[in-house]
Amino acid sequence: MKIRIRRFDGSKSWWQDYEVEAKERDTVLDILLKIRERQDHTLAFRHSCQMGSCGSCGMVINGKPSLACQTRVLELKTELIRVEPLYNFPVLRDLVVDLTGFVGKHRAVKPWMIRRNPEELEDASSEFVVTPQQNMSFVQFDYCIMCGLCDAACPTMALDPLFLGPQALAQAYRYVADPRDEGLDDRLEVLDDAHGVWRCHFAGSCSYVCPKGVDPAKAIQFLKKDILKRRLFRSKKESSSPATLPKVEKVPDNAPHPPPFDYKFEEVSQA
Amino acid sequence: MEQLDFDVAIVGSGLAGLRTAIEIMRKDGGRGKVRVALISKIYLMRSHSVSAEGGTSAVLFPEEGDSFELYAWDTIKGSDFLADQDAVWRFVHLATQEIRLIERWGVPWNRREDGRIEQRWFGGLSFPRATYAQDKTGFFEMRALYDTLLKYEGWERFDENFVTSVVIENNQFKGFTTIDLRSGNMRFFRAKAGVIATGGAGQLYRITSTAASSTGDGYGIAYNAGLYLKDMEFVQFHPTGLVPKGLLITEAARGEGAYLVNRDGERFMKRYAPSKMELAPRDIVSRAIMTEINEGRGVRDEASGLDHVWLDMRHLGKEKIERKLPFIREIGLKYLGIDIVDQPLPVRPTVHYNMGGVHTDINGNVQSPSGPVRGLWAAGEAACVSVQGSNRLGSNGTNECLVYGYIVGNEVYNYISNERPEPQSASPSVLEAEERRIFSEVLGRESGGEDVYELRDELKDTMEKNVHVYRNEAGLAEAVKKIKELKQRYKNIRLSDRGRVFNYNLQHALELGFMLDEAEVIATGALLRKESRGAHARIDYPNRDDANWLKHTLAVKGPDGPQFSYIPVKITMWKPVARVY
Ligand SMILES: Cc1cc2nc3c(=O)[nH]c(=O)nc-3n(C[C@H](O)[C@H](O)[C@H](O)COP(=O)(O)OP(=O)(O)OC[C@H]3O[C@@H](n4cnc5c(N)ncnc54)[C@H](O)[C@@H]3O)c2cc1C
Repeated sequence: MKIRIRRFDGSKSWWQDYEVEAKERDTVLDILLKIRERQDHTLAFRHSCQMGSCGSCGMVINGKPSLACQTRVLELKTELIRVEPLYNFPVLRDLVVDLTGFVGKHRAVKPWMIRRNPEELEDASSEFVVTPQQNMSFVQFDYCIMCGLCDAACPTMALDPLFLGPQALAQAYRYVADPRDEGLDDRLEVLDDAHGVWRCHFAGSCSYVCPKGVDPAKAIQFLKKDILKRRLFRSKKESSSPATLPKVEKVPDNAPHPPPFDYKFEEVSQA
Repeated sequence: MEQLDFDVAIVGSGLAGLRTAIEIMRKDGGRGKVRVALISKIYLMRSHSVSAEGGTSAVLFPEEGDSFELYAWDTIKGSDFLADQDAVWRFVHLATQEIRLIERWGVPWNRREDGRIEQRWFGGLSFPRATYAQDKTGFFEMRALYDTLLKYEGWERFDENFVTSVVIENNQFKGFTTIDLRSGNMRFFRAKAGVIATGGAGQLYRITSTAASSTGDGYGIAYNAGLYLKDMEFVQFHPTGLVPKGLLITEAARGEGAYLVNRDGERFMKRYAPSKMELAPRDIVSRAIMTEINEGRGVRDEASGLDHVWLDMRHLGKEKIERKLPFIREIGLKYLGIDIVDQPLPVRPTVHYNMGGVHTDINGNVQSPSGPVRGLWAAGEAACVSVQGSNRLGSNGTNECLVYGYIVGNEVYNYISNERPEPQSASPSVLEAEERRIFSEVLGRESGGEDVYELRDELKDTMEKNVHVYRNEAGLAEAVKKIKELKQRYKNIRLSDRGRVFNYNLQHALELGFMLDEAEVIATGALLRKESRGAHARIDYPNRDDANWLKHTLAVKGPDGPQFSYIPVKITMWKPVARVY
């Protein structure tokens, strides 16, 4: 089979064709590895887990932002496979793009748990109470592997470089939707902005390319709703509280052999 | 060489590195007094830890019959009595706090109907204490840690900086040298304290469940700095790697009730571990599968020529699979076009985890032949305390990263704030020599014709053939000989990418150098250990031999290969007994 790769060496860019033997189960990543290891050691691309969890190998395959490790060659059903670096990202070399702006936008939406009483985040005495149903309301949005495919597919990203983009917005919603989080107000400044949620025109391409079913388009719509509810009706969220654990009188000593030595457990130093 | 100054330099941003960084930030309390560099050869959030699937053990329900004693006993028995019992005892206590803390930071643990955290069975446990978030546990843990770290100031990330060496002079840590992949230039991270959290070395084998980044660089870096590597011959094979490549099918599948069956449709585990069946510890299940295959009861996968057994989950039903094992279903569908709801998966053992590692004391402080190294710690899979002994229980890897991230974070913080060490400069000659090694001897070499990837593949084949689940004298001796030959040929490698920017050819060459050292230590240590214990199964010495071998292996670099010595195991609670399941 033939594969055509968009290359870049820092000053010039060109298309390069390679001829590779493909096996039935091969993914595009397998093909790229064969090229790099057997034909052309200079081909640069990122990869790591090879099972769709780490988000390293995002690239544009036959026009669609995809993970190379999860795209099987046979399923593409084309004679020639075309591979390019992710759109909407600056290219550094070949298929390696610059993620600095991308991770900065993620950080800008305060993607961490916020509680009115921050001490609750440092207390390890019990967990927050969350029902399985409540868990289901946000866990889908927590499965973002930060591969960047959604931002590469987003037509608005191409027009407005300041737009936060589907990845960051979906991650903001991941926390807003979490019953344990109380931080919507802290995030409003960045979200409720011309380059924030309102810039999204619901093209939906982000959700179409997301390899993990995170559905950023849906997350952004929900986020808009939550922001409006907060702005117009000052509505407040009912958040979870920490669980009260049952009292255990004596921890049952049920190991097959009780400790034969009088061994003292030393506490680690706590500052 | 550009020099960057920090209080702490952490190498590795997997679970262990992230947890260490967070602990330092928490103790610092946002005062910005302790400045941390988080260095990683791949992007933050790409670390191999994201692939951990099944669960993280901890005692959460004493009222329902779990206890620290029971957890410690399971871990120590699972380790085939090679774990240090004082370390295990502390470890099991601290795991509870870690599960709850990261819950508060966002991990979406699966829940019971009453809103509390749900747990499930894992191999070798006597209480279902594997805490889990679907079958993407490590991923969700990484997300929560990464996001939590983002709220702190005072640390800086150095993604795609490849560490080439640790600089230690007079047993004092001075810093790390790196290549910045983006510019191709070398840097010296001068720091008062260093942490090695570089993960394991699953890439030494062909069939592997680990990420491409798991080349065990931290082992090679420590070894070349004259530090001890401990218990390296103990390499864990996970029983259920998906044919052909060895992608992991989590033990949680069996925890939820999956069967292992051979070509005759027999649940063969009844002949190997009648009471625990499929939920025996990993070393035992891996040996059982290899025995089935070796005795002709496996099934041949035509496309790859590999023999395997079946992992059958059909009886679990679609609802349970979707709620508890969605990722396994996705893997089956995406890579083989098999839906586990109505077809079994072809599986065989796949390399998974290194029980051994950089030798540390119970606080994670790295040890060298001249004593504890001032200012240097190790944590996670890169370190060997030893909590895991000769066989790690499933669901005990992620929590070692969390617990030791916590412990080492504290140790480092206290060291910096109480002892107030001065920054220590490295001798210029040391840095110049490292620069010469990388740029002249590896990148710039004009002569020689050996190819990095060919040597790497020969190494993988040797390890797969001779240093696998079952081992014997002749095979191990052959492996040692082959590795020595490869090390000679490595001196003649020639790179065809001569550029500086994102030169992966160079990175892979440096990784291969470390891998050859690691492989030599593993194979030689295995050749010397004339007994079978945990993951180290010698056909020619089938029994555990406590009289002679109840001891940790230490390897240190000598002039013509590793030199070995042995230290006692800390037995503080339970005397070794026969390990039956
Ligand atoms: C598929 C799979 C599933 C697993 N499932 C479970 C499970 O369910 N439960 C469980 O308890 N355990 C599980 N484990 C084990 C556990 O995930 C690992 O032991 C653990 O995640 C290792 O984390 P770490 O932080 O030590 O290293 P890693 O996550 O491997 O991180 C290593 C870091 O070091 C960096 N690094 C390495 N070399 C260099 C260098 N030269 N220069 C700079 N940076 C470097 C890397 O970039 C990376 O950031 C699983 C393992 C595998 C393979």
